[in-house]
Amino acid sequence: MLEWLKQPWPWYVAGPLIGLTVPALLILGNKSFGISSSLRHICAACIPAKIPFFQYNWKKEAWNMFFVLGIFLGGVIATLILSNPAPIAVHPNLATELAGYGITDYTGLVPGDVFSWPALLTARGFIMMVVGGFLVGFGTRYAGGCTSGHAIMGISNLQLPSVIATCCFMAGGFIMANLILPFILSL
Amino acid sequence: MSASNSFVEPVNKAGLPDTDFEVRSLDTMCVSDTKVVEPWYGHLKYLIIGVLFGIVFVKAEIISWFRIQEMFRLQSFHMYGVIGSAVAVGMLSVFLIKKFNIKTIHGEKIEFHDKKFNKGQIYGGLLFGLGWAITGACPGPLFAQIGTGATVIVVTLLAAIAGTWVYGKFRDKLPH
Repeated sequence: MLEWLKQPWPWYVAGPLIGLTVPALLILGNKSFGISSSLRHICAACIPAKIPFFQYNWKKEAWNMFFVLGIFLGGVIATLILSNPAPIAVHPNLATELAGYGITDYTGLVPGDVFSWPALLTARGFIMMVVGGFLVGFGTRYAGGCTSGHAIMGISNLQLPSVIATCCFMAGGFIMANLILPFILSL
Repeated sequence: MSASNSFVEPVNKAGLPDTDFEVRSLDTMCVSDTKVVEPWYGHLKYLIIGVLFGIVFVKAEIISWFRIQEMFRLQSFHMYGVIGSAVAVGMLSVFLIKKFNIKTIHGEKIEFHDKKFNKGQIYGGLLFGLGWAITGACPGPLFAQIGTGATVIVVTLLAAIAGTWVYGKFRDKLPH
């Protein structure tokens, strides 16, 4: 059983489990599934700076902070007791492409060649970690949600704005991965 | 914290219901609907859901930068399968909750809110998409990646918090 759990889980197991988060949060406490709001609650709690957008009763949303703390702990638990020692298997074309940028480390879920403390001081590492993170935080709040709030919760509730947002997430991702990222990775 | 609280308090006293309304009208994500006031340990059930969710994230490699790169190069069906089946299960769940008027465990009616379209969903959506393909993570996976031991992702998370803050600071000047 434990050996089976240690293997990478297929999409048809993981996807439905993620989908079940929607009714679980609704039935446990009338909470709409969403994660990017946690970033806003952190701003509201720590650095509100008199900005109207951060003046609200964030304590009422404390459940969301417990939820993301749980996601962090889930990462810890999965790594400590369920980790698979084999390197991550990727499409051969991707491996060839990434080798051209010096990315050959497949031991972690993020490539250590790009995402590491020393790499932060390189142009490539700074863009990948700092600029990329900034775009994630800025973009999700501007869009009013992320993959969980729009793509999963919003579309589950048949909201057209969420379909539009999800299409834009995908469009931005395709543009970056295919047209811009090759230049960043070559830095 | 105490210094910032002294600034915040007058605003809260003056207009707490209004600012809550603003939260709801501008982005209805993650806004708690319950009137039930729970003790702090009531939140532990969300922690447990988060833990299970985080384990799925790691074991299905959804938080892997490599899987995101494959998705945006159409080299793998995995992520499409995950998101597609998650949406299908979520949609069916919402349909059943509405159809059978399923209540929360506290006996409350479950609330759903319609989202209003604004141009932010396009501009913000595209910007987030760019960031998603660079970092290989949306906000949820950032927390899980840190948990797997990629400590440097703390920097990415702080940058994302900074991005959210800058949006809040300049949102009046941005097209919506």
